[in-house]
Formats: sequence, structure tokens, C-alpha cells
Amino acid sequence: MAADAAAMPAIAVAGVSKRFGEVRAVDSVTLEIARGEFFCLLGASGSGKTTLLRMIAGFEQPDRGRISIDGEDVTAAPPYRRPVNMMFQSYALFPHLTVARNVAFGLEEEGRPKAEIRTRVAAALDLLDMGGLGGRKPHQLSGGQSQRAALARALVKEPKILLLDEPLAALDKRLRERAQGELVALRKRLGITFVMVTHDQEEAMGMASRIALMRDGAVLQVGSPRDLYENPVSRYAAEFFGTANLFEGRVVRVNGPHVSVECDTLGTLQASCAGGVSPGSAAAVMARPEHVTLSRAPAGETNMLPARLDSLSFLGSFYAGEVVLAQGQRVSARLSPAEYAAAGAPNAGEEVSLSFSPQAARVLTR
Amino acid sequence: MKAAGRLTVRARGLVVGLPFGWLVLFVLLPSLIVFAISLVEPRLGAPPFTPLFSHGSGALPRFDGKLDNYLLIFSDSLYVAAFLSSIRIAVSAALITLVLAYPMAYAIARTGPRWRTPLLMLVVLPFWTSFLIRVYAWTGILNSNGLVNNALRHLGVIAEPLPLLHNEFAVYLGIVYSYLPFMVLPIYAVLERLDWKLLEAAADLGAPPWRAFLRVTLPLSLPGIVAGLLLVFIPAVGEFIIPELLGGPGTLMIGRVLWTEFFSNHDWPLASALAIVLLVLVLTPAIALARVTRRPEDAA
Repeated sequence: MAADAAAMPAIAVAGVSKRFGEVRAVDSVTLEIARGEFFCLLGASGSGKTTLLRMIAGFEQPDRGRISIDGEDVTAAPPYRRPVNMMFQSYALFPHLTVARNVAFGLEEEGRPKAEIRTRVAAALDLLDMGGLGGRKPHQLSGGQSQRAALARALVKEPKILLLDEPLAALDKRLRERAQGELVALRKRLGITFVMVTHDQEEAMGMASRIALMRDGAVLQVGSPRDLYENPVSRYAAEFFGTANLFEGRVVRVNGPHVSVECDTLGTLQASCAGGVSPGSAAAVMARPEHVTLSRAPAGETNMLPARLDSLSFLGSFYAGEVVLAQGQRVSARLSPAEYAAAGAPNAGEEVSLSFSPQAARVLTR
Repeated sequence: MKAAGRLTVRARGLVVGLPFGWLVLFVLLPSLIVFAISLVEPRLGAPPFTPLFSHGSGALPRFDGKLDNYLLIFSDSLYVAAFLSSIRIAVSAALITLVLAYPMAYAIARTGPRWRTPLLMLVVLPFWTSFLIRVYAWTGILNSNGLVNNALRHLGVIAEPLPLLHNEFAVYLGIVYSYLPFMVLPIYAVLERLDWKLLEAAADLGAPPWRAFLRVTLPLSLPGIVAGLLLVFIPAVGEFIIPELLGGPGTLMIGRVLWTEFFSNHDWPLASALAIVLLVLVLTPAIALARVTRRPEDAA
């Protein structure tokens, strides 16, 4: 491979599959993770994201396919010979060693001189604001401190890639939000590649530069958080990333990106699509709650449907409305105070019209 | 509220009191009686020893205790040699048991839950037969006309029977065989609770399996190892049946010496003094090791 080093992906996963008995944990996954990315493997439990991470770390062997790190095939390499380090969900700190000895563990295994180990351990602890806690045992640490100790232990070896298995799952909500920002800042400062596993869509969107959405062992979609939110490839992807209002129907006309979908009782809805849609196929029109607007005007225009405002709650920065269509389908709407005022400030129980722009609505065939 | 509280206090008192009472009645009291006997002299009659207190000239009873028996034990080379030889045999046997039991415990802890219970059952199975009978059975296996020698002779490996019985080898074999479960179970108990993620963490930090074992598994299983060593060492030091049935005339162990003093020489006081020295000998390492391996959480 003569390609210049910068263009080489940090991690290349090629056609990797892994079975546990009858369960296909990971099913022919192909992925490329670039250097310096904050990459996130996102999925519900059982989607194979953790198994994939464990195969990158070397704890599991793929049945098929290859994994390369920095262009070097590591498929058969044991974990202790891979240039990656992992932060475990349970932190897996050695209970019989102090924090400093925990952090020193990896450097001692490399056979570094004592003086170098001491300075690097101190630097790693300082980096994570753990300076005064080196002498503590793991059971004397709070949840947040344990998380930092685990992070320091993984980072002290200066790995090219840091793997994070649900790094925030064991923290309480308040700490989790702070730790999110800290991890992003840390990655920027160190410039190394982070690969994180999480089941939390908001966490993934708030931290990752790119996300791979996984389901049943397969990667459904890879892209930036915005990409995944705005252009989901399937109904599952749409609903995984926030709330999605889906109107089921059949494609009747395709004109470039403009698609018309015939929805039984709702009439024809207009939406847009990147391509790959042909007339006659079953499809759903997806509209995010923030793209749904309400008005008192009678229905009639494009994508305008008669409805009844079922409930309305004011949540500070926006109003959350639940709307019921004539045939009983419920639709979520999210209106800014200005939009709400423009809609004529309807109250719960009132008849309204809901609409959404064809540009914001997406056609989903899967 | 108040009545319930009082009941709990009483219940708690019972919970603590029962084992405490048991210890006083069946451990402390007998030890004190043995200690008292160790301070007097043997005589013919019942009981076969002189009283500890006698009616003196004054109103107060006179204390007749002496340390002569202890002085004898430490000045007579036979007793010292018996103690040293018992310690040597017990320590070596405990270490051999550890080497055999650790892999067994490790294997059981790492097998799936389906096989764990049957395997543990197999470890405990020998307890279903009396200890005495099991040790006696070894004489049939080891003697010059026994199973092993006959089998080897039939196979043509040996012409003359191997001296397997009535020597120190047979004593080691007997101790290791008899006390193996006492080593396997405590080590299994700590390994079973071990978080195997820690070994993945060690591998992730660059430790090959054997390094991870030395730096993580072994230190974390230390409490089980210490418990196992004590559980084998303590009964082995004072062991009587195994050296009596399997040992040779030269196998000097304090349990046999004690038996001889008690039953053959009818010297109850000297036998009692030997028992007290043995007790101290056994308790000292037990207390020391228990302190060393006290869990850090408790020490804090």
C-alpha cells in the first residue's frame, strides 16, 4: 500500500462477522474510521456494537473478515499486542492496586524505566484532574473519579486509538453531561482517534463526529449526527434518532428529489428523497416534530391535514403538542413560542390544521 | 416500637451469644482444662495427675502448678525434633496441596455454571466416606502386595515391589489426598467472585496471559490461598491417623508422640503440655496470616 499515511484509516473493518452459537452478533460489517475521529457505534442492546468494539480491542476473534489498525492487519493479534487501549464500562480498575499503580500497570508491562513511569503517571493523573488521588485504592473513589482513573490508565500508554465501552453509563445524569464535554475536549487536545460504544442517541449526537447505527449485528447507516437525523435510511433509523412522525403509504410519483406518496385516508403527501425510490413501492413520509406547524386555517394546501390538538405542554423553550388526525393517528409537534403565536395560540381540544414542508419531510422505503 | 426494638436487641444478643457460648464451652474451657493439667505431675490413680491446688497450711489453697513439663519439652531433643518434623511435613504438604489444588479451583471457576456444581460435588465426594477408612484404604493401594505394585509388576515395569507404604512419601500422599478439598474450596470461592474483565483490562494494557495471572489473578486470590494453606497446615501439623497408618517407624510427628505420652505412658500432664505447645504453634501463623491478608477495605 503506497497510500500516504494520513489518508490511511485508523481502523478498517472489512466484512467482519461473529456468531455466538445461533446468534449472529456481528453480520458482515465493513467500516472505515479515520484518524482523529470521535467515532460512535450506536445501537440498542444486542445490536452487536459491543462485540464489534471487543473485536477491535482483540477480546473476540471474528469468524470472518479482517480488521486493520493503521493499515496493519491485526485480525489475529492478541489484545496485548494492539496499539489500542480500552476504557471498560465497569472501569475494571484493579482493586488491589492504588490509582497510581493502576495507571502505571501498562507502562510497567512495556518495561519502561521507573523514572519515566513516575513522570508519565503523574502527567496522566494531572491531565484528568486526579493529581491528589494517586495513593487511593479504587474502592475509595467516587463514580466520577473511577471513570477518570480508568481513562488515565488507558491514555497513559499514549495509544493511537482509545476505545470507550459505554464510558458514561455508570455516571449519574449530572456528571454524565459534564463528562461528555470533557471527553470531546480531551480528544481534541490529544488528537487521537476515539471509538465509543453507546446505546444513548443523545450522547452519540452530542459527542461523535461520525456515527454508525447498528441493528441486529449489521450497520444500518454511517454518517454525521446531522446526516443521520435529517436523512435516516429507514423507519428504524428515523425513530432511533429522536421522534419521527411516520405516514405510511405508496409512492405514486417521483420527480427528481420530489416524491408524492399516496397515504390511504390522508390523501397525497409530498416529500423529498435522495433517490432510490420508484413508483409503486410501499413507503413512509417522515416529518420531525419541529417541522410540523399548526394553524387555524382550513386544510387544503400541500401536506396540510385536518386534526385536533389533543394536548399541549409548555416546556420553556418550546411547546410540545400532541395532535390527533381524523383517522386516529397521533402526531407530535414542537413549536417555538413564535410559531405557536403565529398558529393563533390554539388550546388543547381545538380543531387545527397541521402541515409540514415537503423539503423537510423524507420518504423512507425501508 | 420500643418492644420491637427490645426484641431485636434480644435477637441480636442471641445471634452473637450462641456462637460465643459455643466457643467458651467447647473451645476455651477445654483448652483451659488442658492447660491446667499441663502444669501438674502424673500419678497413679484417678484422675492420673496431681491436683493444681492443695490445702496448704493457711486458709487459702496453695497453687501447685509448675512449668516442668514445658521445660522438659524444650530440653528433650525428641520433642523438639518431633515438632520441627511435623512443621516441615505440614508446610511441605500444604504447599504441594496448593500446587495441585490451584489449577483445579481455577478450572472449576472458569467452567460454565452447568458443570460447576457437579465438579464441586466431585471435590467434596470423598467426605461421604469416613476419613479413617479412606486413609486405611491407601494401605491396600500402596503396600508391597497392593494395587499399584501388583499392577506395575504385571506390566513388567518392576521386578521388586516399590517401597510405597510406611515412609514419608506415603504420609505426604495421605495429607495431600485428605486435605485437597480444604484447599480447593476457598481458592474456588475467591476465583469464582473474580471479575474476569480485570484480566481483559490487563491484556489491554499489554500483559500476556501469564503476566496477567501473576499481577492480577494471583494477588486477588491470595485470601483463598492463605485460607487454604491454614486449613491444610493446621490439621496436618497435629495429624495422628495418617502418620500412624501410612508413615514408617521413622516418621516423627507430634501427633504420634502426644498419643504415646497419653495412652502408652499415661503421662497426662506432659501430653497436655505438648497439646498446648501445638496449639500455640498452630495459632501463631494463623493469626499472623489473617492479619496480613485482611482486606484493605476493613483496614481503612
